[in-house]
Amino acid sequence: MKSGHVLEKIVLFMVAALAVAGQTASAADIIGVITLTGTPPAEKEITPLMENPDCAKMHSTMPTTHFYVVGPNHELADVVVSLKGVTGKSTGASQPPVVLDQKGCLYTPQILAIQTGQKLIVKNSDPCIHNVHATPTGPGNPESNQVQRPGGADLNFVYDQPEMFLRFKCDVHPWMFAWVSVFDSPWFCVSSPDGKFVIKNVPPGKYTVEAAHRKLGTQTQDVEVKDGDVTANFSFAVK
Amino acid sequence: MKANAVSKSNPWLYWFAVLTALATLALIGIGGLVTSHEAGMSVPDWPTTYGYNMFLFPINKWLGGIFYEHSHRLLASLVGLMTTILAVWLWLKDRRTWMSWLGVAAFLLVVAQGVLGGLRVTMHMDSLGIYHATIAQLFFVLTCAIALFTSRWWLNLQTGRAGSPQPADGAMGTSRPTDKNLRGLVLFTTILIFVQLIIAAAMRHQHAGLAISDFPLAHGSLWPDTSAEAVASYNAQRVSINAENPITAFQIELQMAHRVVALVILILTVACAWLAQRWSSRFSVPDGGNNPAPGGIELQPRVFVRLSRFWLALIVFQVGLGAATIWTNKAADVATAHVLVGALALAVGALWCAIAYRETVAAVYDRRTEARHASNPAAIGAQPAMTGNK
Repeated sequence: MKSGHVLEKIVLFMVAALAVAGQTASAADIIGVITLTGTPPAEKEITPLMENPDCAKMHSTMPTTHFYVVGPNHELADVVVSLKGVTGKSTGASQPPVVLDQKGCLYTPQILAIQTGQKLIVKNSDPCIHNVHATPTGPGNPESNQVQRPGGADLNFVYDQPEMFLRFKCDVHPWMFAWVSVFDSPWFCVSSPDGKFVIKNVPPGKYTVEAAHRKLGTQTQDVEVKDGDVTANFSFAVK
Repeated sequence: MKANAVSKSNPWLYWFAVLTALATLALIGIGGLVTSHEAGMSVPDWPTTYGYNMFLFPINKWLGGIFYEHSHRLLASLVGLMTTILAVWLWLKDRRTWMSWLGVAAFLLVVAQGVLGGLRVTMHMDSLGIYHATIAQLFFVLTCAIALFTSRWWLNLQTGRAGSPQPADGAMGTSRPTDKNLRGLVLFTTILIFVQLIIAAAMRHQHAGLAISDFPLAHGSLWPDTSAEAVASYNAQRVSINAENPITAFQIELQMAHRVVALVILILTVACAWLAQRWSSRFSVPDGGNNPAPGGIELQPRVFVRLSRFWLALIVFQVGLGAATIWTNKAADVATAHVLVGALALAVGALWCAIAYRETVAAVYDRRTEARHASNPAAIGAQPAMTGNK
């Protein structure tokens, strides 16, 4: 009798393990490379930064804007890639926070993405005052403008509504800005300097992959995730 | 209740009014710098400044955008104080009831301006900045008008009407109704300048930088393409240091409207100058018109000719500043100068309207007085005033 109970438990355990394994096996990644054709406009030197004594001492060379981060083989960074139209799947509340820092009177990183309900921590690593001014355009995400003194407490933000390129700026130093995209699902990423992106653990199904660059606009591709990684490459062109 | 009598000239009051107007102009300038430097939200709290009493904010913290915004608030407080003093002074010392109420209006307007500016910060409402900028222009016109109405020049004209000795030659220093066409054209042009300032305020408070980055063409054409593809292309090519919003078709069209209205204003001020010159040439003076009239009262048509030329010069300069704003990629000092000259142009037009209207009303009064004298010569007082051509 006792051995019967043990056997029953082993069988149940094996069935459960197979079910989990089966599910995991069918989730796959969407991967790709993003490139740029054409010559982007030249980046501008941020001369006002160097004219500000607090900020200038943190830079040994003249900083420039970074609207187009392009690699030697035309790889394009800072493209936000996501699954279009997928909502209500956020796991943001249980995810670790994402950090946006202010260093050298510049926001770092400049392009980032989070989930709805996920905490965004804004730090001030500079020896000068900043004001962290979030200017959402989507309904439901509140605008805020807060002081952040040097060495002061981190500021926390949580957004409940999806929004592309929600702007963070500093009105004390108007050249400072960062763009935070908020998604209602965990399936998104930002392309790295080598142009590559990976959206992990996408459940099986048909999707429209959307790649958005702040200056170059948006492109989409339809894909189907079955039982292996799916590749979706994008090529943006400067007009 | 105060009698609506003629007021005596009070040079202290007059010069204080002039000082208030000048301080207001400086305030508009600093306000322009705030917007040009995108510093409107650099002090997140109001009426405190980073938690300090605004008058006690340490000077070593006036850095970056904070310098412009905080200076603007301090100067606004000074203008508010000066306006309050002016309003009280007018109420107590000016015998003209309407002037007392003008002082009250100035006080209420400056309070409203202060509240609007504060709410723009605390409520994060960019649109309030448009109202704040527009009312600033109206308030400046009001302070200039108060200065004019307390001037000896204005009061001397009124005194002449009330029966004090007139010059022997009735043609010197007496009012005549302003040419009807000139009067109407000045009024219309002034209103158009005000409309232009509203367009400009709407443009600046889009916080999108230059929607059109070339002049005299617009995105390489006489009239720019505002299709979605074209606008996307403009945004892709735009590399700006500041965190500006992407430009939209509406903003491009708004700037084109601004350019077209500027051209119309230029044409109208040329027409005003021509009309003023033509009207003035109808009145000949025995000495050739080069010397002021007895009693130091300026011959009105000659004043209008000078005013029209000054106004035209101001508008031509303003057009140049507008072009320079684009060519310098909206350099803060150039853009702010453009704001200031716009304010001056509005004030000049408004004051000219006040003078022209006053002279016309006064001329009607003169005609009636003349008619009464003719019917009752025993009513001694003023020499009958000459009425000029319409």
